[in-house]
Amino acid sequence: MDFVGKRNFNFINNRRLVYMISALIILVGIISIIFQGFNYGIDFAGGTILQIKFDEPVSIEEVRNNLGEFNLSSSTIQDLSDTEFIIRTEKIDQEKRKEILSTFRDKIADLELLRVETVGPVIGENLKKTALYAILFAFVGIIIYITVRFEFRYSIISILALSHDCLVVLGIFSLFQKEITIPIIAAVLTIVGYSLNNTIVILDRLRENIKFKTRESFENIVNLSINQSLSRTINTALTTVLPVLAIYFFGGSILSDFALALFIGMVAGTYSSIFIASPLLVDWRNISKEKHRHGQTAKEKVKKTKRKTKGK
Amino acid sequence: MNFTKTARIASVFIVIAVAVIFAFPLDEKINLGLDLQGGSHVILECKDSPNALVDDDAVQRVLEIIRNRVDQLGVSEPVIQRQGNNRILVQLPGIDDPETAVDLIGRTALLEFKDAKGNTLLTGAHLLNAKETFDQFGRPIVTIEFDKIGATEFSNATSGNVGKVLAITLDDKEISAPVVQEPILDGQARITGSFSVDSAKQLALLLRSGALPVKVEILENRSVGPTLGKDSIDKGVKAGLIGLLLILVFMVFYYRKFGLIADFSLVICMLIIVGALAGFKFTLTLPGIAGMILTIGMAVDANILIFERIKEELKLGKTFRASIDAGFNKAFRTIFDANVTTLIAAIALLYFGTGSIRGFAVTLSIGIVASMFTAIVVTKIILELFSVKANSKILN
Repeated sequence: MDFVGKRNFNFINNRRLVYMISALIILVGIISIIFQGFNYGIDFAGGTILQIKFDEPVSIEEVRNNLGEFNLSSSTIQDLSDTEFIIRTEKIDQEKRKEILSTFRDKIADLELLRVETVGPVIGENLKKTALYAILFAFVGIIIYITVRFEFRYSIISILALSHDCLVVLGIFSLFQKEITIPIIAAVLTIVGYSLNNTIVILDRLRENIKFKTRESFENIVNLSINQSLSRTINTALTTVLPVLAIYFFGGSILSDFALALFIGMVAGTYSSIFIASPLLVDWRNISKEKHRHGQTAKEKVKKTKRKTKGK
Repeated sequence: MNFTKTARIASVFIVIAVAVIFAFPLDEKINLGLDLQGGSHVILECKDSPNALVDDDAVQRVLEIIRNRVDQLGVSEPVIQRQGNNRILVQLPGIDDPETAVDLIGRTALLEFKDAKGNTLLTGAHLLNAKETFDQFGRPIVTIEFDKIGATEFSNATSGNVGKVLAITLDDKEISAPVVQEPILDGQARITGSFSVDSAKQLALLLRSGALPVKVEILENRSVGPTLGKDSIDKGVKAGLIGLLLILVFMVFYYRKFGLIADFSLVICMLIIVGALAGFKFTLTLPGIAGMILTIGMAVDANILIFERIKEELKLGKTFRASIDAGFNKAFRTIFDANVTTLIAAIALLYFGTGSIRGFAVTLSIGIVASMFTAIVVTKIILELFSVKANSKILN
C-alpha cells in the first residue's frame, strides 16, 4: 500500500504562497505576543492553584461568590465536571487557604482537596530565565551538531524551520490566552527535537541525492528529496500524532494543554519540514548566486563554473 | 549463521531478560513521583524577623527541627535538603493528608505563657516532653513536662499569678487562658482548649519537635492528594494503551508483515524503557508517562524510515536480502542524526527541568536510545531471519 509513493508533487514552485501563509500566521502570533503577551501560569507568574472535588454538583457561580468573601472573586475558575474545579488565585498562604476551604465546606458542600500548588513570584522569575537558557542551549547545540554533520547552511535552515514551529505554538497560545506552564515549555522543546528530526530526514536525503544525481538542477533535487521522504514524513507524523491525541483525549486535565501544544507543534513541524525548510535552501542558493554574479573572488568563480559544468 | 549474528541475537535476549528482571513486578519496581503517588513538594525560605536574624546556625536548626517533625509524621523516604543559603527543600511522598503535613512543617510553633498584661513569662524552649491525652471528661488535651530550668521558671510564673489568668499562646494565637489555682512546682502542666483528637496530636508533635528559631515562609508548595495521583496513573495508562493500540494497528494496516515486525520491536522497546526506568531508579512522573507515550510514536519512526528504504530498494529490483542490507545502511545515518538532535533537545530539558518535568526528559531520552536499539538491532535480526526463509523458498 502506498498513499503518496508514486506521485510527484511540486513543492518548490509554490513556495512563495506557502511562505506568505506561514508569515501571516506567525505575524498574527507575534502581534498577539507583543500586545496581549502570554498568560503565564503560576509556575512563572506565581500564585496558587486549588483543585477541589465537591461531594455534590456545584455551580461555578457558587464557588465564585464564596471566593468573593476573600476578595478573590476575580480568580480563574475552571470546571472539570459538575463537582470538580480548578481555582487559580493570587498567591495565598496556608491560613487563608484553610479559611477558604472551610467556608466552602460550610456554605457549599463537603469537599476533597485534590491538589494544591503555590509558587512564589521569585521562583517564577528564576524559572523564566532557566527556560530561556534551555531553549538557547538546545538551539546552539543543534546548530553545532548539524554544522558538523552536514553544513552550516543546513543548520540555519533547520533553526529557521523550528523557530517557525515554536512561534506558531507560542503565537496560538498567546492568541487564545492559554496558560504557559512548565509542561508547555517542555512541549516546545520536544517540538524543537521533533521538527528537527523531520527536517533532517529530508536534508539527509538531499545530501545523498546531491552526491548521486549530479545531472539534475538543484530545484529538482530538492523537490525529489522531499517527495522521496514524503511517505515517511506523513507516516511518522501520523504515528506521533496518534499517541498525542490519545493523551489529549484520555490523559486527564493536567496533560491536556501539554498534548495540545505538542499537537499544534507537530502539525507545524511536519508542514515546515516539507514546505519551508528545503525550499528555503533553494532560495538561499539563488540569493548567493545573485551575490556571486555581482562580486566574487576568483576562487569562487572556479568553483561555480565547475559546479555549472557538472550540473549541465 | 555466523558469529556476529549469534552474538547480536544473544545480546537482544540478554537486554530483554535484564529489562524484565528490573521491571517486574511493576508496582514494586517503579519509583513513582509525587504527582502520581500523592505527596508534597515544598520549598521553604528562612526569613529575618525583628527578633531573629537568619544565619547558618539558624538554618541548620530549622533543618533539624523539620526533620524531626517529618520523622514523627511517619513519612517513609522523605527528602529534606538545604538549598543554597536559606532555602530548604522538603519532599514527602505518599502521605494521605498533604495539607496538614505541610502545615505542620512550616509552623514556627512558638509556645508562650503570658500574664494578664501580655508579658511573656516563659516559652516552650525548656520543654522535656509533650503528649496528647484525654482529661477526666474524655476531652483531648495536651500535657507538657518541663526540664529543670523550665520547671523553675514555670513555678515562678505560676506562683506570681495565683488567682489570675495565665494565657497559653502558640505563634501569638491564644490556645487557652486558664486561671492559676495554685503554684505548680513539679514542672507538669496541661493545656486544655477546644482540641479535636487530631489537633491535640499535632500540637503535641509541634511542641516535642521544638519551635523554629526563625520565621519560615513557604515559597513553593506542590501537593497532590492520593486520589488525584491514582486517577492520574489510571488516565495516563489508559492514554498510553490507546496510543499504543492505535499505532500497532496502523503499522499492520500500512506495512503488513513489516508492520508486525515493527510492532514486535515496539513492544520490546517499551519493555526496555520500563526496565531502564526501574533499573536506574528514575522516578516516573505524570509528564514522564506522557514522554513514554510520545516515545511510542517516535520509536516506530526509525522502523518506518528503514521500511521505506527497503521498499525503494525492492523497487529497484534488488533481492530481499540485498534490499534489507541496503535499506538499513542507508537509513542508519538518517536515524542516527535525527535522533541525536532530538536527544540534544531532551538534554536541554533535563538541565532546565524541575521536578516532574525532569521525568519527561528522562523517559524521552531513554526512549530515544531504546528505540534506536530496537529498530537497528531487533528489527534487523527479525528481518534477516525472514530473509533466510524467503531465500530458501526461492531456492526450493
